[in-house]
Amino acid sequence: MKRPGPQKGSRPEWDGDGSLSIRFDKLGVVIALLIAYAVLAAPFATFRANRIVPGDAKGILQALPAGAGMLLLALMAGVALVVLLKTPTRLRLFAAAAGLAAIAVFIGMAATFLTPPANSYARVSPASGFWILLFSFALLAADSITRMRPLPLVRLLLLVMTLGGAAVVLTSGLWDGLSILKEYSGRADVFWLEAGRHVTLALGSLFAAVLVGLPLGILCHRVAPLRAGVLNTLNLIQTIPSIALFGILIAPLGWIAVNVPGAAAIGIRGIGAAPAFVALFLYSLLPVVANTVVGLAGVPREANEAARGIGMTDRQRLFGIEFPLAMPVILTGIRIVLVQNIGLATIAALIGGGGFGVFVFQGIGQTAMDLVLLGAVPTVVLAFAAAIVLDALIEMNAPQRERGRTA
Amino acid sequence: MIEIDGITKRYDGITVVNNVSMTIEPRTVTVIVGTSGSGKTTLLRMINRLVEPTAGAIRLDGDDNRSMPGFELRRRIGYAIQGHGLFPHRTVAQNIATVPVLLGWNKARIDAKVTELLTLFQLDPAAFANRFPHELSGGQQQRVGVARALAAEPNVLLMDEPFGALDPIIRAKAQADLLAIQRLLGTTIVLVTHDMDEAFHLAHKIAVMDKGALVQYGRPAELVKDPATAFVQTLIGTSERPFRLLSIETAGDAVEPGPAEGQPLAETVSQRDALSELLWSGRAALPVAATDGTILGRVTLEGLTRRAAKPQ
Ligand SMILES: Nc1ncnc2c1ncn2[C@@H]1O[C@H](COP(=O)(O)OP(=O)(O)OP(=O)(O)O)[C@@H](O)[C@H]1O
Ligand SMILES: [Mg+2]
Repeated sequence: MKRPGPQKGSRPEWDGDGSLSIRFDKLGVVIALLIAYAVLAAPFATFRANRIVPGDAKGILQALPAGAGMLLLALMAGVALVVLLKTPTRLRLFAAAAGLAAIAVFIGMAATFLTPPANSYARVSPASGFWILLFSFALLAADSITRMRPLPLVRLLLLVMTLGGAAVVLTSGLWDGLSILKEYSGRADVFWLEAGRHVTLALGSLFAAVLVGLPLGILCHRVAPLRAGVLNTLNLIQTIPSIALFGILIAPLGWIAVNVPGAAAIGIRGIGAAPAFVALFLYSLLPVVANTVVGLAGVPREANEAARGIGMTDRQRLFGIEFPLAMPVILTGIRIVLVQNIGLATIAALIGGGGFGVFVFQGIGQTAMDLVLLGAVPTVVLAFAAAIVLDALIEMNAPQRERGRTA
Repeated sequence: MIEIDGITKRYDGITVVNNVSMTIEPRTVTVIVGTSGSGKTTLLRMINRLVEPTAGAIRLDGDDNRSMPGFELRRRIGYAIQGHGLFPHRTVAQNIATVPVLLGWNKARIDAKVTELLTLFQLDPAAFANRFPHELSGGQQQRVGVARALAAEPNVLLMDEPFGALDPIIRAKAQADLLAIQRLLGTTIVLVTHDMDEAFHLAHKIAVMDKGALVQYGRPAELVKDPATAFVQTLIGTSERPFRLLSIETAGDAVEPGPAEGQPLAETVSQRDALSELLWSGRAALPVAATDGTILGRVTLEGLTRRAAKPQ
């Protein structure tokens, strides 16, 4: 479908007759508008006299010392300009990183600036403008990285660099004035304890689901009559709301704790970590089993036929042919489960299962949004990181056939 | 030697292979032909026990093929199928090495075998060993498929429509290669095909299947001369008969003494092709040359016409 007019991306900045033709980037326009709104119309930081009273929204110029405020405005304008125009992808990624670094530094500065000296009750937290900027730069970074199509290893490296940057900022004390870190500083021990529980819960239930789901998937693949029944049952479980599932599990687990010797000793109770673990495990089964079945079904019939014909045993065929060929699809299922579990593990706090949800629900109870964020932000970061790592793993594992060309 | 003895296969009471008996001589090519659904594949797969027969027995060099586990039997019998069935996640070399690895050969021996087979099939090992199947043309994939089937030096090679997916030019080449390799290695080949030209070109003996039964089993010339049923006759094609006869033997087999003018024919071309060459060149005789170029004699229009006539 050829249309008259200039070919996308192939025209030079300067036309033949010497007039400047400015070209805009579609997504860039949206991001630039977001940045403009965040900087000009939305508050950058919120000041509160203590952690639960309503806050006082401050724009960039009010939240920062005069010179710093102007500098941030100028920086944001610069990023917006880079984003708006059709600029090289590397420059855009650099702009995104610079924008992220800038708001990270300046929000810390705002906290110090706004907090009256020697006042430990006052709270300064990022406001909507900050979050919009964060979102805009993250979007820009994601878009640039997608356009650059980096190798999986490079993506992992970018992730490590981002997390490393965040760790440096956190340990540098730059953000110590921020409300979320004030919440943290009071409960550092508990935070890491709950973090450990959260990860254990999410990864442990995933591990259990893979341990059970893979063989179950293989069984469903080989024994066709089993397939519909198993998948429908798992589907049904998936539709039970998590709170309801916890409720359903209280009775049987409570019974086991009382009646099975040793069960209580290893932590099985009607409430607590055990039902949360079981619930996450049950939710995880469907993606693992379903993707195993789909993956195995997608193995070319001729490859299977040939494998049998040249004398592979069933086991050799499973591990040598079917599994490697189904692995990308199975890994996709595992990725779904991991991200899902990291999110769902938050709910475990409702029944005393621990995890980051503890802070979320405490915060809701105390109407202390900072405490909610202390639970929510690490959960989101963890889920994101897990998704990126597994995507990279999947890609490293999947197109072995494509990579064979260059290897 | 493969002795098929009263073999029958029934699926849910439907007989798809019905009491077939035949003996396949070692170091020969046997081609199984018949219409679609006549049971050719099923018969072939009962030899390596991908399908277990309902009744009857199959003996390989006198031993019942049920005297060892199916997978062990299959490692000793080459098996090549239409569409090659190469493993997409393994390189050409790994594909070919599959059975030797299963048999526990050492690495040096495996590498040597892979190189030998690639060379035999005219695929440069340096260029092809590390490629993946999707990086090959259809004809190359087919050759790798056959090379994989031959990797463990089996005495018997079963082929189910191995050349079905190839274009006519590549197919002719693949057939010539197969014959050369069969002569070189002395493999016993059982091949299923729909293509009667292919059958007459390759076969020492042809087995015709019709609705699960073996209706005729014999040398190609016998089938042309005495078709056992109307079905065999239709399959061969009435108007094709003289040409079928000529396509069985080579120009070398029809050499007569005497001089002839013109471009010499290779002794390996079929008599059918020699006839075609004579007709096209408008000559009554053409010289026949051995592979080294020495003139063996000549083929004549008259001699070939005699050979194409109904055998007495
Ligand atoms: N596993 C099976 N279960 C039931 N019926 C089967 C099975 N395998 C083959 N058949 C039937 O047996 C008959 C012979 O099949 P076979 O594959 O041997 O035919 P064929 O001669 O190789 O045909 P084609 O030339 O089309 O490959 C067919 O009618 C087929 O439907
Ligand atoms: Mg068939």
